[in-house]
Amino acid sequence: MYKVPGRIKNKNKETLQQMASFNKKKFRFSDWLAEKVIKAVAFLSIAVVILIFIFVFREAFPIFKMDSKSAAPTETLVQESYGGAETENSKVKTVDNKIASSNKKQTSSDKPSTSLFSNTWMPVSDNPRYGLWPLFLGTLKVTLIALLFAAPISILAAIYTAMFAKPRIREIIKPVIELLAGFPSVVIGFFALMVMATVLQNIFGYASRLNAFVGGIAMGLAAIPIIYTLTEDALTAIPKTFIEASLGLGASRRQTAFYVILPAAVPGIFAAVVLGLGRIFGETMIALMATGNAAMISMNPFDSVRTLSATIGAEMAEVVFGDTHYNVLFLIGSLLFIFTFALNAVAEFYFKNVVIRKYQSKK
Amino acid sequence: MDDYKVKVKDLSLRYGTNLALKNISMDIPEKKVTAFIGPSGCGKSTFLRTLNRMNDLIDNVTIEGEVYIDNINIYDKNIDVVNLRKKVGMIFQKSNPFAKSVYDNIAFGPRINGISQKSVLDEIVERSLKQAAIWDEVKDRLFHSALSLSGGQQQRICIARSLAVNPEIILMDEPASALDPISTAKIEELIHELKKEYTIIIVTHNMQQAARTSDLTALFYLGDLIEMNRTEIIFSNPAKKQTEDYISGRFG
Amino acid sequence: MNRNIKDTIVESITGICVLVIIFIIVSILAITIIGGWPNLNWAFLSEFPKEGMTKGGIFPAIVGTAIMTIIMAIAAVPFGVITAIYLAEYANEKSVLAKTIRFAVKTLAVVPSIIFGLFGLGFFIGFIGKNMDSLFSGGELRWGQPNILWASLTMALLTLPVVIVSVEEAIRTIPRDMREASLALGATKWQTIRKVVIPGSISGILTGTILAVSRGAGEVAPILFTGAVYFSSHLPHSLSDQFMSLGYHIYIMSTQSSNVDATQPIQFATTLVLLLLTFSLNAVAVTLRYRIRKKAK
Repeated sequence: MYKVPGRIKNKNKETLQQMASFNKKKFRFSDWLAEKVIKAVAFLSIAVVILIFIFVFREAFPIFKMDSKSAAPTETLVQESYGGAETENSKVKTVDNKIASSNKKQTSSDKPSTSLFSNTWMPVSDNPRYGLWPLFLGTLKVTLIALLFAAPISILAAIYTAMFAKPRIREIIKPVIELLAGFPSVVIGFFALMVMATVLQNIFGYASRLNAFVGGIAMGLAAIPIIYTLTEDALTAIPKTFIEASLGLGASRRQTAFYVILPAAVPGIFAAVVLGLGRIFGETMIALMATGNAAMISMNPFDSVRTLSATIGAEMAEVVFGDTHYNVLFLIGSLLFIFTFALNAVAEFYFKNVVIRKYQSKK
Repeated sequence: MDDYKVKVKDLSLRYGTNLALKNISMDIPEKKVTAFIGPSGCGKSTFLRTLNRMNDLIDNVTIEGEVYIDNINIYDKNIDVVNLRKKVGMIFQKSNPFAKSVYDNIAFGPRINGISQKSVLDEIVERSLKQAAIWDEVKDRLFHSALSLSGGQQQRICIARSLAVNPEIILMDEPASALDPISTAKIEELIHELKKEYTIIIVTHNMQQAARTSDLTALFYLGDLIEMNRTEIIFSNPAKKQTEDYISGRFG
Repeated sequence: MNRNIKDTIVESITGICVLVIIFIIVSILAITIIGGWPNLNWAFLSEFPKEGMTKGGIFPAIVGTAIMTIIMAIAAVPFGVITAIYLAEYANEKSVLAKTIRFAVKTLAVVPSIIFGLFGLGFFIGFIGKNMDSLFSGGELRWGQPNILWASLTMALLTLPVVIVSVEEAIRTIPRDMREASLALGATKWQTIRKVVIPGSISGILTGTILAVSRGAGEVAPILFTGAVYFSSHLPHSLSDQFMSLGYHIYIMSTQSSNVDATQPIQFATTLVLLLLTFSLNAVAVTLRYRIRKKAK
């Protein structure tokens, strides 16, 4: 029979046992430190969101100040941008002149914040106008087209994947469609610019090659994987018992899909569409490359448009730090940020809670 | 000081508002095997996990009462739970070796205690594996993954891993429930050997196992401790009708 | 009978939608490959652009993208892994702090990428960089302008949620009894995280890193005005240099080039390179993630 050796003897035993006296709480520095550091780093995510708020808004804010006092605030801005730069004196002067001259123009025309509501976006001219309406309208048009294209096709594809596809097919379809999410938007934009624009023009025969329609379809492509994946998740999250009960009562898969699963998944699908909308709304590269970038007020989906985000992308590189134009671009950024933040909050809190409540009441 | 290694006084445990253990009091002697039996859901595993404060990890658990180990109340607020667990080892129902080599599994405990010298580690690994009666089977495979072993071997690796920390009490939560009869027999044999050095507390739903391995047996039912006594008395001449019913298979 | 027809129609319509999406994906791939393959050769990958960018290769754009994503990963991965550890191991799901962090991470995931660009411009360049200049170089313009460091850090913020989500998912697949085994041996929480949780989620950390790199390599909007340039005669030597990037190169060549038609082969080939890069990275990540999920079941 096996001879069991004794327990660990001598010194090792002592050290082990000494450590194992548990009647007094031992302070462990590395554990303490690890917890503090981990907590602090995790907190940084919140800090980043707050900083984005602060820094995007901060640069937009001077527009409103310029209304009350016309010249003074621009001067502080110049100081801020080139603050403490004694060697850069000459440069400061030139910038000062530039802004002073642009200020003169402003006072001769509208104040910047009134100009925001005008119908013309013409930031680089002798009489700069910062009318946001054409940009809003353009964004709205493109977003609507993109959503009308992406939402139905994604939802139907998700229904097929979740409801009709055989498990083996499903395991192929899902990753393939999710790969679309990995396509950089500049690639989709390039494809839209080079291929889709021509193909669609040949089909529909409209005048301008790049327009809201082409841009909308291309942006829809970017939103498809989001809406598809989240819808599919919402559909498969429905408890199996519901489905089995329905099939057990003699309903076909189609009837089960439409009368049992779909109604239960509606909040989830809505959340999917809302997040897809957020993606389309903020999409920059595709808008830059495929919409034609003409800021005009028109209801025709085949006219060129300029979206809010594309405006920032196209013009930010060329503006002067602290210029009104610069501030207006940040203002547009703030609007984009507020809007997507709100969309996310709605998707997160409202729809999730609806889904949860629905299931709890049924359990 | 008396002979009892573990003394439990009026211990109650709640999951949220659900009372899972009701006023349990018991004394557990040193270097003996004590078995907890009872139908599933009776609270025996929950109770076992209060003895090394494993329930601390679960949200929503509130515990009242006292558990003394070596006359120190482990629910005192000054208790160092980490060191407590070094003294009170635990073997789980499902064998759970780390996805590391056999050697690294056994050396895990000593290493976290700051032992890094190779010769010392080697010695502890060998001794622990021998104590767990698995040295001969794995001595040529020390650096293979522990997951490549059979279920019974994995469970003995877990026992060896726990022994390497040099505990005084070993809690076993249905250690053989997932094993075949031969592996089970090996574990039981091992328990028999280990009690010379360690205080062993074992939860089992297998009454024969309790009868074969333990010196004392406690029967739990719906969060109550029904009866606790020497094993041969529990199985031959229980004081309570409920115990007799359970032993003879009338419920549970 | 009637019902069967309806069933078939519905199944076909939904199936067609799947096919349409897959068709689009395949056409993007096919057209890019057909358009880009003839021009894709070693010289193209290893040479600088020539003759006003109408000839030559994309070497500096490849290097720039690589450096940018490496710096980005160095910043985003530790930050993301630690946040994921917090969310999975330390956070009490009901606490306000944990909920707020979760919401912040989700917000970062949906904020338009151009906003990150604005933030990089306002915060890194306009605030940090400017202050660094006035502190260290007496106001001489060095950090207060677009460069590869600010672009990488901006991109790191954008890809942070990608890392967090992947790593947290991997951590959550580590069975509870592994943690219990470690704790029952007297390991502290931090020892358990270091020796059991992190080693067990290595594949998740890898997945997250690959996905982040793939995302960062393809994004253009955040670097439009934080560091990318359309031409640079040299590779970036220091963190305060500007850099060329593949995505930005495609954008510039296809929209601002003096002769768009002449450079079309370059554009297609660059797109192919970028697509191959992100596509293969994603394929690896998806396979890895699939394996993690399977293991969890």
